[in-house]
Amino acid sequence: MTPVAERVCITNAQPLALADVPVLSFDAFADELAEQMAQPTAEISALFGVPGGSQSLRVYAVISLASTGALTVMSTDVGDRYPALTPSVTQAHWFERELAEQWGVVPEGHPWLKPIRFHASYRNGHDAWGRAVGDKILPGVMPDGVDYFKVRGEEIHEVAVGPIHAGVIEPGHFRFQCHGEHVFTLEIEHGYQHRGIERRLVGGPDKRTMHYMETLSGDTSVGHATAYCQAVEALAGQEAPIRAQAIRAIALELERLANHTGDLGALAGDIGYLPTLSFCGRIRGDFLNTTALLCGSRFGRGLVRPGGVGFDLDEDRIQQAVDRISAAHRDVTGAVNLLWTSASVLARLENIGTVPLETIQALGLIGMAGRASGRDRDGRRDFPSGYFRFAQVPVAVWHSGDAFARAYVRHLEGQRSCRFILEQLPQLPAGDVRRSLSPMQADSIVVSIVEGWRGEICHVAITDSEGKFAHYKVVDPSFHNWIGLAMSLRDQEISDFPLCNKSFNLSYCGHDL
Amino acid sequence: MFKAIKERLKQGYRTIDFPRSLPVLPDRFRGLPTIDSSKCPDGCQACAEACPTDAITINGDVKLDLGRCLFCTDCQQACPEDAIAYSTDHRLAVRSRDDLVINGKSGLQLAQAIEEKSRRIFGRSLQLRQVCAGGCSACEADINVLGTVIFDLGRFGIHLVASPRHADGLIVTGPLTQNMKLALKKVYAATPAPKFVIAVGACAISGGPFAGHDEQNDGCDRIVPVDMYIPGCPPHPLTILDGILRLLGRIDEKKS
Repeated sequence: MTPVAERVCITNAQPLALADVPVLSFDAFADELAEQMAQPTAEISALFGVPGGSQSLRVYAVISLASTGALTVMSTDVGDRYPALTPSVTQAHWFERELAEQWGVVPEGHPWLKPIRFHASYRNGHDAWGRAVGDKILPGVMPDGVDYFKVRGEEIHEVAVGPIHAGVIEPGHFRFQCHGEHVFTLEIEHGYQHRGIERRLVGGPDKRTMHYMETLSGDTSVGHATAYCQAVEALAGQEAPIRAQAIRAIALELERLANHTGDLGALAGDIGYLPTLSFCGRIRGDFLNTTALLCGSRFGRGLVRPGGVGFDLDEDRIQQAVDRISAAHRDVTGAVNLLWTSASVLARLENIGTVPLETIQALGLIGMAGRASGRDRDGRRDFPSGYFRFAQVPVAVWHSGDAFARAYVRHLEGQRSCRFILEQLPQLPAGDVRRSLSPMQADSIVVSIVEGWRGEICHVAITDSEGKFAHYKVVDPSFHNWIGLAMSLRDQEISDFPLCNKSFNLSYCGHDL
Repeated sequence: MFKAIKERLKQGYRTIDFPRSLPVLPDRFRGLPTIDSSKCPDGCQACAEACPTDAITINGDVKLDLGRCLFCTDCQQACPEDAIAYSTDHRLAVRSRDDLVINGKSGLQLAQAIEEKSRRIFGRSLQLRQVCAGGCSACEADINVLGTVIFDLGRFGIHLVASPRHADGLIVTGPLTQNMKLALKKVYAATPAPKFVIAVGACAISGGPFAGHDEQNDGCDRIVPVDMYIPGCPPHPLTILDGILRLLGRIDEKKS
C-alpha cells in the first residue's frame, strides 16, 4: 500500500513532471485505487492507457477528491491480460471497457466486457475479443463471446431502438428487455459518432486542434475549448489575462443556460405540455444569440483560444448583453414556473426514472444528473479554476433523483447562472483579453477540469520531450453518465424512455469522440 | 390553464417575418467570406497555411472552398492586409458542389429552385427526415430550432418527420462516420421517390474538421446524391431556412 507521503497530488490545471508520476506495481496500483475510491467524495476522473512502459500498456489514473480539490495521479504497467479493477472499484467499469477496446488488453474478470465505440484496436494484432486484423467491426454488433443482456421467458420481448431515432438527435442504440410496457433492463451501445479525434491530437497542437476541441461535443464548445486552453496555458506556465478568464466564465454560463433552457422546453414537450416547449424553444435562441453577440457564433466558436479569448467586449456590447440576458431571464422564469405549478406536469415527472444516490456513487455519475440524486459535487466549486476561483455560482442539488429532480436542478442552475452573468458583466476586470504563450513544458502531465453544462469535463495532456502532445485524453461527462440512463429505465414503462433520455440529455458525440 | 394563457400574453408573438424581411444578425456574425485579392502581397500564402481544413488555395487567384470552410477566424487573423474577411450575408445555399468554390470576384451562385413539376408536389408540403451521421449536434440544433416559434417552419408547410417512410427528403449532418454509413444508405433507400437530399454543414459536405480521418467518409455526397449544399459550422438557422425556401422557389430576390 502506498504510504500517504508518496501519493502524488496536484490540483486542477497544475502541471507535473511526468517523471514524478509514481509507476506502481499492479497490486499496489489496485490497492491504492480501492483505498482512494473508498472516500465518499472520490471519483475516477480519468483512467486511460498510453502505449509504452515495461509491458504492453501504461495505465494512468486520476482520482479527484471533491472535498479537498486534490487530484491523485498514479500509473502502472499492464500486459495483454490483467486482473480487472471493476470488481473492487465499480467506477472503473466503463474506463476498462475503453482500455480493452482501444489497446487490446483484457481486464480479466470484468463483469461487462463489451465494446463501447466499435472500432479496431489501436495496437495492431491485439484485440480484446480475439478479432483478427481486417475483420469488419460493425457498430452495435457484439463480437463473439459476448452479447446483449437478454431476459428469457415466453412473454418477454426485446425492443431495439436506433441508431436512427424519431427526433432530430444523434444516433445511438438502445436495447430493452420488456414484459409488456415494463422494462427489465436497458442496454445502450454507442460508437455511431466515432470520428477518431483523440488519436489525431497526438503530436499537436496543430492548426486543427482547436477546432477538434470545439466540435468534439458541439453543444459544449465553450466547455471543451476552455478545458483545452486551460491545459495548454498550464503547460506553458502561464494564465490567460484575468479579463479573458471572466469572459470565458460568462460564455460557459451562457452555454449552460442555452442548453438547460432547451432541455426544460424539450422535457415539457415530451410530456405534452406545449406552452413551456414553445416558449423555451425560443428563449434558448435568445441565450445562443447573446453568445453570438459576443463572438459571432451561437455556439461560442472562435471565442475561447489559447492565451485568452478571441473577442473583447466594449461598454456598448456589454450593455446589450445585460439587456438581453435580463429579458431572457424574465421570460424563462415565467415559462418554466408554469411547470412547477401544474399538477399534471409534476405527476408525469415525479418518481420517473429514479436513480438512487448509492447507484450514482457506485457508478461515478457526475454533473447535473449526479446533483439531481443528491451528489453534492460541482467542478466550479470543488476544482475551481479560471474566474471561478474569484466568483462562485451556488451549487444546485436536489435529492429525489427522478426526472423531476433533473428538471428542477436545471431550473435552479439556470436561475443562478443568469444572476452570475448579470453580476459579472458590468464589472469585468480591465486589461487585455489575450496573451501570447510560451512553448509547453516537455515531459509533463496536466489535468484540466471544467464544469461543462452536463458535468465535469476532464482533459489530461501529456507532453513529449519536444513539448508536443504525446497523449491527450478527453473525458466528457457523458462518458460517466450514460450508464445512469440505462439504470434509470429499470422497472419503468418503456413509454417513459424519451422522457428519461431527455432528462439526462447526454452527448453521443462527446462519448464517441 | 389561465396561468398558461397569461404567460403567453406576456411572452408575446415572436415569429419573424422572414423571408419578407430579414431579422438583424449579430454584427460579429460570420456569413459569406469576402476576398479582395488585390490586397494580397506577392507570394503570400498566410491564409492558405492557416486554414485548418485547407479550404483556401492560392494560384494567382485566391480560391476559398465554402464546403470545407469552418467559418472560423484563422484566415482572417493570419492575413497581414485584411484581404479576407466575413460579411453578414447569410445566404449560402447552393445546388452543386462546385458552386461552393468562390474567388471573391463573382457572387455566390445561390440555389435555384427545383423544377416546376417537383415544386408542385413539395412546394406547399415538405416533409424532411434529419439524419445525424456523426454530427457534433450544433448543425442538428440549428435545424431543430427552425421548428421553434421564431422561425416556425410549420408555417411554410415544412415538417421534420420521424420516419424516412414519411419523408420527401433527407437533411444530413455530420461527416458520415463509418459507423453510420449503412444507416444512411438504409434511410435513403427507405425514403420513397421522388426524394432529395440536403447536406448541411461543413462535415456533411467535406468532412469538416475531420476530413481525411479513416473513421469517416468526408461528407455524404459519395454515398447519396446531394441536391443542395448549405455550408457553415454550423450554418445559422436563417442560412438553413433560406436554403430550404430557395429550393422550393419561395425566396423572391426582387422582394427580399
